[in-house]
Amino acid sequence: MKYSAIPGPQGLYDPSYESDSCGVAAVADIKGRRSNKIVADGITALINLEHRGAAGADPAVGDGAGILFQVPEGFLRAVVDFDLPVAVACGDREGQEPDGCAFAVGIAFLPADDEERVRAKAIVEAIIAEEGLDLLGWRSVPIDPVGAGVGQMALDVMPVFEQLFLAGPADQHGHRPYGIALDRLVYAVRKRSENETVAADVDVYFPSLSSRTMVYKGMLTTQQLPDFFDDLRDTRVESAIVIVHSRFSTNTFPAWPLAHPFRFIAHNGEINTVRGNRNRMRAREALLATDLIPGDLSRVFPINSPLASDSASFDEVLELLHLGGRSLPHAVMMMIPEAWENSRDTMDPAIRGFAEFHASVMEPWDGPACVTFTDGRLLGAVLDRNGLRPGRWWLTSDDTVVLASEAGVLPIPPEKIIERGRLQPGRMFLVDTVVGRIMDDAEVKSRLAAQHPYADWVHAGLVPLGDLPAREHVVTSHDAVLRRQQVFGYSEEDLRILVTPMAATGAEAIGSMGTDTPEAVLSARPRLLFDYFSQLFAQVTNPPLDAIREQVVTSMSSVIGPEENLLAPSPNSCRQISLPFPVIDNDDLAKLVGVNSDGNMAGFASSVISGLYEVEGGAEALRSALERCRREADEAIAGGARILVLSDRDCDARHAPIPSLLLTSAVHQHLVRQKSRTKVALITETGDAREVHHVALLLGYGAGAVNPYLALESAEDLAVTGLLGDTTPAKAVTNMVYALGKGVLKVMSKMGISTVGSYRQAQAFAAFGIDESVLGEYFTGTTSRTGGSDLGVIAQDILERHSLAFVSNTAVREHRGLEIGGQYQWRREGEIHLFNPETVYLLQHATKTKQVSVFRRYTDTVDELSRKGGTLRGLFGLRTDVRTPIPLTEVEPVEAIVRRFVTGAMSYGSISIEAHQTLAIAMNRLGGRSNTGEGGEDVERLLDPARRSAIKQVASGRFGVTSAYLVNSDEIQIKMAQGAKPGEGGQLPGNKIYPWIAKTRHATTGVGLISPPPHHDIYSIEDLKQLIHDLRNANPRAAVSVKLVAEPGVGTVAAGVVKAHADLVIIAGYDGGTGAAPLTSLKHTGQPWELGLAEAQQTLRLNGLREQVRLQADGGLKTGRDVVIAALLGAEEFGFATAPLVVAGCVMMRVCHLDTCPVGIATQNPVLRERFTGTPEFVETFFLFLAEQVREYLAALGFRSITEAVGHAELLDIAPAVDHHRARGLDLAPLLAVADIDAGHSCTNPAQHDLSDTLDARFIEQAAQTLTDGSPVRLTSLVRNVNRTVGTMLGSEVTRRFGPEGLPAGTIDLDLTGTAGQSLGAFLPTGIVITLTGDANDYVAKGLSGGRIVVKPAEDSPAQAPGAKTQVIAGNTIGYGATSGELYLRGRVGERFAVRNSGALMVAEGTGDHAMEYMTGGRVVILGRTGRNAAAGMSGGIGYLLDADLTRINKELVDVEVLDADELIWLGEVVADHARYTGSPIARALLAAWPEESARFSRVMPRDYRKVLALQARAAETGVDADDLIMEASRG
Amino acid sequence: MADPSGFLKYERHTPTRRPVPLRLRDWKEVYEPFSEAETRDQAARCMDCGIPFCHQGCPLGNLIPEWNELVRTGRWEDASDRLHATNNFPEFTGRLCPAPCEGSCVLAIGDDPVSIKVVEQQIADRAIADGGLAPRPAAVSTGRKVAVVGSGPAGLAAAQQLARAGHEVTVFERDGRIGGLMRYGIPEFKMGRDVLDRRLEQMTAEGVRFLTHCAVGVDLSVADLRHNFHAIIIATGSTVPRELQVDGRRLDGVELAMDYLVSANKALEGTADLAPRFDAAGRHVVIIGGGDTGADCYGTALRQGAASVTQLDIHVQPPVTRHPSTPWPVYPLLLRTSAAHEEGGQRVFGVNSTSFEGTDGRVTGIHLVEGKRVGGGFIPSAGTETDLEADLVLLALGFVGPEREGLLDDLGIDISGRGTVDRDDDYMTNMPGVFVAGDAGRGQSLIVWAIAEGRSAAAGVDAYLSGGSSLPDPLQPTAIALR
Repeated sequence: MKYSAIPGPQGLYDPSYESDSCGVAAVADIKGRRSNKIVADGITALINLEHRGAAGADPAVGDGAGILFQVPEGFLRAVVDFDLPVAVACGDREGQEPDGCAFAVGIAFLPADDEERVRAKAIVEAIIAEEGLDLLGWRSVPIDPVGAGVGQMALDVMPVFEQLFLAGPADQHGHRPYGIALDRLVYAVRKRSENETVAADVDVYFPSLSSRTMVYKGMLTTQQLPDFFDDLRDTRVESAIVIVHSRFSTNTFPAWPLAHPFRFIAHNGEINTVRGNRNRMRAREALLATDLIPGDLSRVFPINSPLASDSASFDEVLELLHLGGRSLPHAVMMMIPEAWENSRDTMDPAIRGFAEFHASVMEPWDGPACVTFTDGRLLGAVLDRNGLRPGRWWLTSDDTVVLASEAGVLPIPPEKIIERGRLQPGRMFLVDTVVGRIMDDAEVKSRLAAQHPYADWVHAGLVPLGDLPAREHVVTSHDAVLRRQQVFGYSEEDLRILVTPMAATGAEAIGSMGTDTPEAVLSARPRLLFDYFSQLFAQVTNPPLDAIREQVVTSMSSVIGPEENLLAPSPNSCRQISLPFPVIDNDDLAKLVGVNSDGNMAGFASSVISGLYEVEGGAEALRSALERCRREADEAIAGGARILVLSDRDCDARHAPIPSLLLTSAVHQHLVRQKSRTKVALITETGDAREVHHVALLLGYGAGAVNPYLALESAEDLAVTGLLGDTTPAKAVTNMVYALGKGVLKVMSKMGISTVGSYRQAQAFAAFGIDESVLGEYFTGTTSRTGGSDLGVIAQDILERHSLAFVSNTAVREHRGLEIGGQYQWRREGEIHLFNPETVYLLQHATKTKQVSVFRRYTDTVDELSRKGGTLRGLFGLRTDVRTPIPLTEVEPVEAIVRRFVTGAMSYGSISIEAHQTLAIAMNRLGGRSNTGEGGEDVERLLDPARRSAIKQVASGRFGVTSAYLVNSDEIQIKMAQGAKPGEGGQLPGNKIYPWIAKTRHATTGVGLISPPPHHDIYSIEDLKQLIHDLRNANPRAAVSVKLVAEPGVGTVAAGVVKAHADLVIIAGYDGGTGAAPLTSLKHTGQPWELGLAEAQQTLRLNGLREQVRLQADGGLKTGRDVVIAALLGAEEFGFATAPLVVAGCVMMRVCHLDTCPVGIATQNPVLRERFTGTPEFVETFFLFLAEQVREYLAALGFRSITEAVGHAELLDIAPAVDHHRARGLDLAPLLAVADIDAGHSCTNPAQHDLSDTLDARFIEQAAQTLTDGSPVRLTSLVRNVNRTVGTMLGSEVTRRFGPEGLPAGTIDLDLTGTAGQSLGAFLPTGIVITLTGDANDYVAKGLSGGRIVVKPAEDSPAQAPGAKTQVIAGNTIGYGATSGELYLRGRVGERFAVRNSGALMVAEGTGDHAMEYMTGGRVVILGRTGRNAAAGMSGGIGYLLDADLTRINKELVDVEVLDADELIWLGEVVADHARYTGSPIARALLAAWPEESARFSRVMPRDYRKVLALQARAAETGVDADDLIMEASRG
Repeated sequence: MADPSGFLKYERHTPTRRPVPLRLRDWKEVYEPFSEAETRDQAARCMDCGIPFCHQGCPLGNLIPEWNELVRTGRWEDASDRLHATNNFPEFTGRLCPAPCEGSCVLAIGDDPVSIKVVEQQIADRAIADGGLAPRPAAVSTGRKVAVVGSGPAGLAAAQQLARAGHEVTVFERDGRIGGLMRYGIPEFKMGRDVLDRRLEQMTAEGVRFLTHCAVGVDLSVADLRHNFHAIIIATGSTVPRELQVDGRRLDGVELAMDYLVSANKALEGTADLAPRFDAAGRHVVIIGGGDTGADCYGTALRQGAASVTQLDIHVQPPVTRHPSTPWPVYPLLLRTSAAHEEGGQRVFGVNSTSFEGTDGRVTGIHLVEGKRVGGGFIPSAGTETDLEADLVLLALGFVGPEREGLLDDLGIDISGRGTVDRDDDYMTNMPGVFVAGDAGRGQSLIVWAIAEGRSAAAGVDAYLSGGSSLPDPLQPTAIALR
């Protein structure tokens, strides 16, 4: 990386994991009048976004800030001492205002070394000459690094800044090219300069080089930017358009080019699919051609420069599309299309045609994104289809538009505000400074859509798969199916646990508890290649999606077939086949294979390539078969084939199948390299894929569609033999296809990817235990730092399976059709499980009878299983020969060690009160900490120091997260991910919501609860920073921790989390437990904590952040050896869940999700709970024994305490690993890398969090009397966007002193004026009323706990004039997780209003998409339009909608009904309150004619909730217990 | 998937035993038939555990959750397949095994265990009735010859496995008929001999040769055996009885239990008359030893018309529920009341026999003292001496190991410190090509251990002969039950 201090890959750290996120703002004069004021406003806005950026260990080193504006022609002419040509419009453009200068300019980042700089400039100048352009001159850019206070690390890698001025050749009239015409010429200069200086080993980087816009940026804080560049303080610099950007990076290493803006965009977000996008761009290069950019385009290749960030890659493609002839809005719409797939009925057909056509041209660049863009004339912004980034805008009376990540970035007096709006998912916001107005989304899109008859092109070109003629269906005999199952390594368990549920129900099976089996590379049995890969998932830097509740934005359809020249769209561009689903059955495959058998699909010839090899030939035969397949693919393409089917059918005694994943990826990568990939569709016809993970991998590594024929035949066979009940064979196949496909959707959404079109080829997987020789060649782009199995091992595994299938004497396998399995449940002949009958017994026996000797048998047995490959840590040895052992008596006592132990997050609800309390009491006695999990804590326990859980978890469902809950905690844990199912939410079905659970969770008895996959207030790292800030305000005395799950890059995420001010980071392993998770998640997502912890330790040390934060390891810890290894790898705290549960009686039934736990742990059934036999003493004994064992290890290693041992990875020995049977080739050395730098190993300097400078600190002082005696008080204050989480700390004091009940309503009145920062009134308890005059940002009333919040606009704003449109008053995710209280908002709000509300009353006057999502209680009144997908996942509470638009309501769980008379009275009172508190004209108008107007309301009623209400009513009438009645009904 | 709440719907049931007066009149099996519906309900109690402790509790590794589920859903043929996948002779174990699986059933933690044994027997019996014992001969012949010495469960299991692997197997039995303890050691009321015979028919059809009346080392020299066979499996059992060293042991009527049972069984089968010294009719029978063999003598003596039957147990009476010293899931110490114990007679616990009284060289009584067993010894309580009338005393004190003379000594086999045949991880003795399976190597044990050893030893032999084996190998020679 140029001009960067980012270290190269070392240990487990890899810079490619770095990601960032940020705040962005833009200011423009919509009439295009250039001024310095616009520039100055832009800089002010940037500084007000400071809290969205971050700094590293050195606060003077910012993560990056920058500014993009129109080329300030006048200023430049004044400061350079050479002539700059003047643009003269001529020819057909005569009379028009030139669209740019007749010269191009840009800052060059040049080497600081004088000699090198001379060389660099010489290369650039030579290229300029070669390209036929004129070098006008260089200008040294004046900077003031000292005055700006730039930190040393940034200075160390700072380039020299010189502006380059170029001009194009003059024509016969002496006119030089200008504007985009010039930019097209300059493009080649810049691309070539950057590429060709690499060869000369000098670094040159141009933030921009254009005749229209220019960029100033650097590794600076927002405040440093104007101080650093003198030009930015020069009032002669004028522009009509400014974009600014403040960056929050996960690392602390300065890298000057990574700052935004790029040449056309500033981006707040993350492109999750960038790997696939880049691969495809590379493949497309072969076909790229355009007359617009003179010369051979290949000289600018690669389009995507190596080592660029996702945003930079996006910018590069956008640039190509734009210079290649498309307008910027057009190009942006192609790359970030709105969710058009599911809106056939509601969308303009022409716009839909545009979208559908372009889906054939380019896959979406998917991920949470807010892209702000400009070409110097247009200023635009677009949000991703999910709207996962915030964006607000204002139009003032002096024609200024301000657009920013949040409200209030510029102090605009209310009387100047004409209109306030917000960016919306998939919608474009565009200002045309030449036309002089804001264009709305529909206008922009209609115009673009009208350029060509796209819909006709699609109709004529695109062939739906269903329209292809059917071919013959072949039914396979049972014996043939069995033989194939053997060849492909099917087990009985695969059929029973994986295939049967999918075939019978069309859904993937659910399991529980964590996985405790070896990694594929450590296993002693032949494992499928699929098992070496784990699914990546989003955590912190971007959110997982909710593919179920927010299906409206997802798409499983895609197109396959040849692509055309990206830069020359034509009807031919969409001559492709559209697939509704990525999994196809055998009949569909036959259609594709026979696509042109009738001769009427010319140009679509198909070719089948046989993926078999001679199994006896081993690795060599496998390798040459792969080469053959690649060669055949080339030949087929040359011969005109456009559909390639990679098939492993027809194996026999000699021929075995190449693993389909290897085959698919090998051919795919080859075609990418050949640049022929976009010419063909790849279809994988395979017998080995049988679960979701397999299909997801095949798609991720290159398959356009997957035909898992054997899985389908197996389903058919199960149905034929009557094992699927009433399910017919045909239905079984359909179910299977559906389940596999839907499962893939879930896998995609874990990563935050919405469409299968962009998921394909995105390689969103981590590999572990595969040798680089395999990865580099066949899975290019996927790396593993630790080596592992090579083709030899892979071939050996295939041979083992193959020889079982083709035994010459079948009698020897009599009664043994398939292997038994044992991956999911322990079996004698199956895989190793660390918890097996012996270890469970020994652990329980040892702790019940307090026998140390039995405990030692337990740990010896577990450690032995570990050594056999059960865990990664099992492969380590402990080096007692390095330090001098010390006497045991000198080691810190067990009492000190047990304080470092915590129990895992298990919710009350997933486990019984008996089990939950047992753990809590034990940990409280020991001085360790137990964890509430996601289910809240009932008030009696909350206030009982003996029985409460010291750690309060905050997860996405926010169940029972109230002010009192947070105040009564020692630690607040934000669960970003859970080891068993990272990237997914959870569900507690209605039949488990017993009355006591409902009460604790603030839910309704008998009504199911869903926790969403993402925290709806964390879509990015800066959002996490905000939530940490909120929670710290909610309880300043508690530590805030963040739980992450190990995956490659987790160290980088951890660094970001530390920069977001967490006190403790938990690295959980993939093997964590769960009450319920899809099996794909249990087995195939996340990695061992050993990898994650080592990476986190290394990355934090490299970043200089380690000393600020504590690290905790969590996941399957069972023995003293485990604890010590975790400490040596960097953990200072240790989490346990399954082991203490086993101590308390768990026998790993793995039926937690069924409520039938026979030992009374994972059940609420009172009958079963009586069987609970655990006691706190057992658990205490376990931890005491464990601590004693830890002491022994410490003594032997030569440490007196854990603190001394933390991070001493050099004491681990990897030699034993080399001997492991299959672990040959595994190189664990990267885990043990301890960088030789001056940085601490553990938390010695915890970060201090100062809240004394907040408004709340002042309020608490002013309300001192009230906080003592409860006397009423009124407080007033101005607020700005930088005042975040206002009211929360004051609220925490109220709760701390007056308990969960709070104070009488209205005791504290807080009157605020201005624009409130995020999280206004979060967790506000009863007794406080906040009234804000002005507007508010995101997360108002988050976790509202009884307080009242009123937000109303200033009356003197033109935006509030009578007849004006309803304005936006607050941002996204308002009222998230509110449990009680009231919220009145006079105006519209953004996405996900009242999400997970469980008890509050909320009124707003219009909402964005997904309003009332996941609501479980409370009342919501919306006096205006709602966006799409209202009431998704809403299981409780009631919504009242004015003029409800039924098409926008997700009716899966709710009905829309007419109100009762009683209700109308109640609603009238609410509306009257709204009018009284906010002065709402809408409310007043309604009340003025209530009897008529009230008829405009509809009730949105969840069906389950209605049933429960009816039962409650019946109970009240008949006098029976309502809860009994409900539970009886819910269990059917 | 199993019915997750089956255990909440159904209670444990096992087959009823026929009325005592009726069953004392014959030698037929004591249990009433168990209906299909009831079997399926019982199978439905299985919880399909994440860790099926039963499957561990069973030395064979029987796939108990799998076949419970198949039975629950009425897929009897598949259930039989799954059962036979790990167990050559489920119809034997379904009758004779004391079911350690049930002791380790997870449901037994707070409830009654699943009736695993009944389900097993039902699967096995139905398979037999439905022709499930069709021979499954090997498709190829390896041309290798294997001798199996001893025809008890270990030898038979090994023989069947090896025959299916394509080897030519000959089973040598020194007695007149095949079956070892299963034929002569246990009474018919526990397992009808037809059950055994049907299995032997299958094995014969699969190519196993049976040679009876052939004591290797006596009737056939060890040298010939080695010469004629590529591999040998010793499955001769643990047949040397533990003795009682007290005064009067040599009196007439103080007999070894196994001698008594063999005599009775041969008489019943008609291959020999019941020797008068073994006939319990009209006699006061005292059985010393509280185990299964003792119980077998108990029921046999009652059927022979004993005047009284008393079984003495040196241990104190165990509790009726699991004793804390044997926590779940280990094999529970508890009072086991076998069918025979319901049929009359009495059991006396916590007593040791100090000497026998005799008249005319024949036993007439026995002197006892109460006390406690401590470690390996017995501490009598003073003043608790009693006498008991006895004219037939049967010593059922277990076995100490295999007989060494003849076969073992002639082959030059090493004996371990425990008195059993030493073997390596593949069940091979110190002599190359000579393997050992069952009680001869393990010491006296349960039938399930014997079958499991037979299967594993077969895998060892197959690997020895063929360089590798696909035969299942359920058991390490050193494996023991959880303790």
